[in-house]
Amino acid sequence: MADKKKIKKKDFKATKEAKATLESAGIDPATASLLLRANWTAEALRETLARPPAPGAPPAWGPLDHLATEERPFYKEVWRRTHDLPLPPKLRQELRDQMLRHEEHMTPPIMDRFLQHAVERYRASQVEPCEAVGILAAQSIGEPGTQMTMRTFHYAGVAELNVTLGLPRIIEIVDARRIPSTPIMTIHLTPEYRYDREKARDLALDIEATYVTDVGDVSTLPDEAALLVELDPRLMARRHLEAPQVAKRLGQIPETRVEVKGNQIKVHPKSKSYRALLKIRDRALRMTLKGTSSIERVVIRREGEEYVLYTEGSDLPKVLKIRGVDTTRTRTNNIYETAEVLGIEAARNLIIHEATETLNEQGLDVDVRHIMLVADMMTSDGEVKQIGRHGVAGEKASVLSRAAFEVTVNQLLDAAIRGDVDELKGVTENVIVGQPIRLGTGDVELVAKRYDRPGSTVPPHPPPDGSDRPAAPPPKGGDTPPPPKAPDVPAAAPGGS
Amino acid sequence: MTSPKRISSIRFGLLSPKEVRKMSVTRIITADTYDEDGFPIEMGLMDQRLGVVDPGLRCKTCGGRPGECPGHFGHVDLVAPVIHVGYARMVARVLQSTCRKCSRLMLDPEERAKFKEVVKANSTTQALTIDEILRDVAKDAMKKKQCPSCGEEQGEVRFEKPTAYFEDHVEYRKEGEKVGEHKLTPMDIRDRLERVPDEDLEVFGLNPRTARPEWAVLKVLPVPPVTTRPSITLESGQRSEDDLTHKLVDIIRINQRFQENKEAGAPQLIIEDLWELLQYHVTTFMDNEVSGIPPARHRSGRPLKTLSQRLKGKEGRFRGSLSGKRVNFSARTVISPDPGLSISEVGVPEEIARELTIPVNVTPRNLEEVRATVRRATKSEGANYVKRLDSRRVKITEKNAEELATQLEVGWKVDRQLRDGDTVLFNRQPSLHRMSIMSHTVRIIPGHHKTFRFNPAVCPPYNADFDGDEMNLHVPQTEEARAEAKILMSVQENILSPRFGGPIIGGIHDHISGLFLLTHGDRRLTSEGAVDILRKTNVPHLPPPEGKDEDGQPYWTGKQLFSLILPPTLSIRFKPEIAGYDETAQEVIVRNGVLEQGTIDEAAVGAFKGKILDKIVKEFGREEARRFLDNATQMSIRPIMRMGFSFGISDEDIPRDARAQIDEVIALAKSKVEKLIAASDAGELEPMPGRTLEETLEMKIMQELGRARDRAGNIAEKNLHPTNPGVIMAVSGARGSMLNLTQMAACVGQQSVRGERISRGYYKRTLPHFKQGDKGAESRGFIRASYKSGLNATEYFFHAIGGREGLVDTAVRTSQSGYLQRRLINALQDLEAKYDGTVRETRGIVVQFHYGEDGVDPAKSDYGKSVNVPRLLQNYVDILLEE
Repeated sequence: MADKKKIKKKDFKATKEAKATLESAGIDPATASLLLRANWTAEALRETLARPPAPGAPPAWGPLDHLATEERPFYKEVWRRTHDLPLPPKLRQELRDQMLRHEEHMTPPIMDRFLQHAVERYRASQVEPCEAVGILAAQSIGEPGTQMTMRTFHYAGVAELNVTLGLPRIIEIVDARRIPSTPIMTIHLTPEYRYDREKARDLALDIEATYVTDVGDVSTLPDEAALLVELDPRLMARRHLEAPQVAKRLGQIPETRVEVKGNQIKVHPKSKSYRALLKIRDRALRMTLKGTSSIERVVIRREGEEYVLYTEGSDLPKVLKIRGVDTTRTRTNNIYETAEVLGIEAARNLIIHEATETLNEQGLDVDVRHIMLVADMMTSDGEVKQIGRHGVAGEKASVLSRAAFEVTVNQLLDAAIRGDVDELKGVTENVIVGQPIRLGTGDVELVAKRYDRPGSTVPPHPPPDGSDRPAAPPPKGGDTPPPPKAPDVPAAAPGGS
Repeated sequence: MTSPKRISSIRFGLLSPKEVRKMSVTRIITADTYDEDGFPIEMGLMDQRLGVVDPGLRCKTCGGRPGECPGHFGHVDLVAPVIHVGYARMVARVLQSTCRKCSRLMLDPEERAKFKEVVKANSTTQALTIDEILRDVAKDAMKKKQCPSCGEEQGEVRFEKPTAYFEDHVEYRKEGEKVGEHKLTPMDIRDRLERVPDEDLEVFGLNPRTARPEWAVLKVLPVPPVTTRPSITLESGQRSEDDLTHKLVDIIRINQRFQENKEAGAPQLIIEDLWELLQYHVTTFMDNEVSGIPPARHRSGRPLKTLSQRLKGKEGRFRGSLSGKRVNFSARTVISPDPGLSISEVGVPEEIARELTIPVNVTPRNLEEVRATVRRATKSEGANYVKRLDSRRVKITEKNAEELATQLEVGWKVDRQLRDGDTVLFNRQPSLHRMSIMSHTVRIIPGHHKTFRFNPAVCPPYNADFDGDEMNLHVPQTEEARAEAKILMSVQENILSPRFGGPIIGGIHDHISGLFLLTHGDRRLTSEGAVDILRKTNVPHLPPPEGKDEDGQPYWTGKQLFSLILPPTLSIRFKPEIAGYDETAQEVIVRNGVLEQGTIDEAAVGAFKGKILDKIVKEFGREEARRFLDNATQMSIRPIMRMGFSFGISDEDIPRDARAQIDEVIALAKSKVEKLIAASDAGELEPMPGRTLEETLEMKIMQELGRARDRAGNIAEKNLHPTNPGVIMAVSGARGSMLNLTQMAACVGQQSVRGERISRGYYKRTLPHFKQGDKGAESRGFIRASYKSGLNATEYFFHAIGGREGLVDTAVRTSQSGYLQRRLINALQDLEAKYDGTVRETRGIVVQFHYGEDGVDPAKSDYGKSVNVPRLLQNYVDILLEE
């Protein structure tokens, strides 16, 4: 707990410093914090700020391009035109990048027309109100389910590790299982460690659970009634272990006495029975000398310049405390663990990340927005909830909807003694009672405002006196009598005009 | 026809005995149903006041005929109260938490406040079930040895499933020692529950206005109306009663016997037995799957389907009858492809069209038209029914058609038959996404054809093929429904999938190979050929020829003809699908509606991938895209017809020397495998990190054999000519892959189960053809033969093993992904994008503040992007360059 606090404090200080640097460079505070979130370290920022844009070479596009305004007036023009467009920042950035790339064509009128066009396109792409976005998301994720593989184990990325993929993994994610069937961590390292294979390996050995059998042999000596641990000096050195350390750890087995002789350790049980000896042997074999007990294996992989550790097993809180671990980029695939350690927003992002990865790996193209909606539904009340009876679906407001999903009878019995009221706002409820659903076209209330042309024979519209519905439309213009048996002619039927 | 009335809410609660009596139309006293004449007995289970099911009779309560009368409840007065099984646990918790003497809840004020808080918080989230709250309250209350209100010493109440309760003998207890227990009768329980004050019940989360706990101990049993348990008459004239009626008969019989015995002053033991029997029958009446008691059975041994069973499960009332309803005005039949139809059309067999109708209101404007329709009667494009002013429906027949037609007047309603141009909904199950139901325009197919037809370009969204698939058709009956169908659900509206923002409708199979044949290389056509290619498209004139050949004959090129169906301002460039096969393939360049170079294949017009298609939908609109698809599908099958396109067994032939090379490659691989096995046996194989020796060997062998198959495949590939129809299909993306082809021509390769070589079977070997312990290629499922050369016996077995795994996998996957989808839909179905851009559920709880963080609808996006900036800018640059 204390460690956690310390880390936070340190980070905070660094952040503050970086922010100050940015602000002194003339960046508004909001942008500054955005940049920081994107993992810009103070050093990197200073470096970028110091570097003048190389002439000729395409400028380093990034969040800082507008800093070059003084050198190239065109930048200023672009910036002036784009910085306050009502668009998402990422899109603004892309517009800027593309305009800079085609500088030779960008006369002011063209730019204005182009940007106006872009804004129009963006507006046109907005969701329509009343859109049933939930169903859209559910279908978009569910529909490709049949195309996914069932194979639980597959080798992806890291050949040495087993990873659950395909449909089982998606099910696992939406089930919000406490422990995934194949927990895996991706550990990134701090700059001092990440470029050095030796250092990375040392760190890997620190994280990986080390058992006695990893550094030596264990045998029983029945006549002495002792357990003999013969340590291999080479393996010990590799793992930076010393015999006394091992002895100390072995000494933690209750009711024993430990005896160290060079690389040999003898463990004597207090009682001389063979059974006791075997019991101690089992304890010794299961005991971790070093590392994280839940992490069985660590694999080192080179990714570009740096070394990254992949683990079989996961223990985020412990790993984050280890020196040399880049806490900003290290992650686990355990959603609950992430929620506990890094908070619910991190868990949400992890759900999105994991689901996207799984779908992409299968070659399925699903828009992130759908996945985001599922993730938000699962996490919106502050804790990770399952998509299913014990989570989202079970906590719905409507009794009928819950009854139609699972455990029908109990839902009804409970609703009765609680005196629940079903407001019939959702989809299933209204299907059950047989009335239109308040979603999509069913959720539009105002159809048209009627106005009567002067000189029309149609009687004026009754004033809005709180009567719920407009009267049936007046008789049609012709001389034919209105159909007597048509009480519910649609309200939109053309009136006199 | 939306009714202005709307149910605004439904309140749930328990029926109190008073209410049961109030709503009851009669007391039921006799277990008999009908007398000798087959007439329902008064105050029997089939009393006519409970409603009627037999035709010709009228309900004695409301006077309604069968179908009109909804049925009315009756009641049975139980001689002694019994527990309602569904609430047995709740009753137990309340008993455990309340004082045995004063029936007050045994909690301190602070504890009460705490639970009231919990209940209040839970009323919005429903995170806790009522069971959980009751359990927690009981846990705290049971810690009290004396009642905090009256000081009475408490004994432990023990609940025994399903409906028994025992209490410690507090009276005989000495110094807190337990001295045994006695049974609590439902009568005692009811007394206690009655005394629990309302305010105490609220602590449990119970609502005393809708559900007093003593109402869960039944004194009066409501008897459901006959309409809920109709008896059926068998052809022998014998009546067969519903399961519920059987159960009610049991209850009434026992109730009567109980009554008699009680009045006769029978011994306590007998009374208790009867009481338990009554409890059993009432329990099974409610739920016949209670654990701990044997289910009530029919004479045949089949367990009875009682109230709970009717509601539960997939075919139960909720999921089977209420969430899913059956509809009229629908049809279902086998589907077949019809490349002659527009993508927005559906071919409907005449026989079906005559049956399906659309209601038309007769107005002065359409009077004559409708009259003609009625006159045609049930002949094609006629009408089936008229509804007169007195709202009587009359069936139109050959005989009365003329008469009805003359009588026809404004205000009548006519059910006219389906005709060309009507909008209908078309659907294929499983309906996994919204494109599984789309609206099409009807094209009646005259004659005796019996299948639905549609353009095969619409197969992908429905996931349909024509190997016997059936599809459903629905006819919207109101203007509103038709408007929605036309505007929102039409095929062209759904070309772009909301899943990824790309086209999901597009050319498949022959469309792709056809256009490939037309546009690949320098295909030249005579004027006759060109006209043939264009004849079904909407291209009005044959353009001037591209050039003249050596003989001075004018010719038209395939690319030129394809260009005719492109929008004239379309410009695009991209890599074609064949680029993956042939690196020298030219980039496709379309400038101002002219295909300048490159080949049209899956990457241009295919479903999911078609770039040209994609650009047309997004920049020229859905209507233009529909036109393009119609033209492209019509045009594409022509080259196939003209040039011929078939794939036969001789197309898998490869030259003898290639065959020899393949044999060599495989022999080499086999010897390498032998060497690997020998090395591992000799302990010379170094295990890979984190793997055992065994696993390492397997991986290496798999790698070796995989490489061998690939090499064999490459040899075959080199020897299959690019004009080979199989190759054309594979490289253009029309169907199949090069892997499939090389499996046919060269070598099938390793068969696997769970990603490993096949290793199970007989003792230490897979098949008796091999030596025990043989790990060689052949004995573990490597198929060196090609499909064409034919598999030998062992290879055949291994192939069947691998194939079976695939089948099992598919079967398991469909059920799993089906359940996943159901859960996702259930969890997310109520979410809606609101006018303020937020996404909320029914309670108004915000799930997202801005949909998808940028408010962009994926269906309107360009593969997820709101604006395709490079493309947009390119358009500007192109315009500038033109000038």
